[in-house]
Amino acid sequence: MKIFKIFLIIFLFLGFSQLKSDEKNDDLKNKILKNIRCLICQGQSIYDSESDFASSIKLIVEKKINDELSEEKIYEFLREKYGDWIIYDPKLNKNTYILWLLPLLLFLLGGAIMYKKISIKK
Amino acid sequence: MKNKITPFILLIFLSFCFIIFYKGLNNSNTYSPQTEDKKNIPIFKAKDFNSNIYIDSDKIFEKNSFYILNIWASWCVPCRKEHSLLMELSKNQSIKLIGLNYRDNLENAKKFINELGNPYSQILIDNDGTLGIEFGAYGVPETFIIDKDKKIIKKIIGPINQEILKEIKLLIK
Repeated sequence: MKIFKIFLIIFLFLGFSQLKSDEKNDDLKNKILKNIRCLICQGQSIYDSESDFASSIKLIVEKKINDELSEEKIYEFLREKYGDWIIYDPKLNKNTYILWLLPLLLFLLGGAIMYKKISIKK
Repeated sequence: MKNKITPFILLIFLSFCFIIFYKGLNNSNTYSPQTEDKKNIPIFKAKDFNSNIYIDSDKIFEKNSFYILNIWASWCVPCRKEHSLLMELSKNQSIKLIGLNYRDNLENAKKFINELGNPYSQILIDNDGTLGIEFGAYGVPETFIIDKDKKIIKKIIGPINQEILKEIKLLIK
């Protein structure tokens, strides 16, 4: 009876850790799918889309996660096949310098103007 | 002095915004992927259409030979349109045509081939579309020209036409 209880505890523990790992993989999968653009149905992410293209990408992402590829490696794979456009979160490169740096420049410019106005009032 | 500079800066800023929006509005909002980059073909295993046996990509694509990989499906209307051109292309001895049957019903695909002829030296099955993704495809029909170094030298999105056919013949010369 005691042995049975020990086996039951081990069995439940293993089942629970498997569930935990599946949940973790699902979270990562959903995170990645939400960050991939559907190239067939523009304006939708792969996560939201039901197109053939989207369902194939969903399967590929799931396979890559099961093969223990990192999130960045999966994005790299998709970028290599379809270009930067497929990822919603673009990387900093020569095509995206303005996109990344302009808000920062405007923020600094605004800050400088405000600072100047305040220091004049004083 | 300050009053003279402010409208000038404002004018530059507005002109900058105008150019950005004008250029943005002129760009097509339909995405067309890059098709000119040379890329290696993926390494994969695929089921053969006739024998149902899994084959390695190395045994399908051999070095020193030109290949055309055509993604098709029996349910795809443009595939039916381009099929006669593929039949014409299959007469060319210097290339091998490989078909990739995309998300199709096997019986319907066989009917399609029996009805319109088989231009392919080998047909592979891609039931879930993942093999197409490995090639960087996003729909049917799509055609890839693979050179003697197993590199994709051209990707044609949509059905091929006479003009593209001429271009393909020039590429494999």
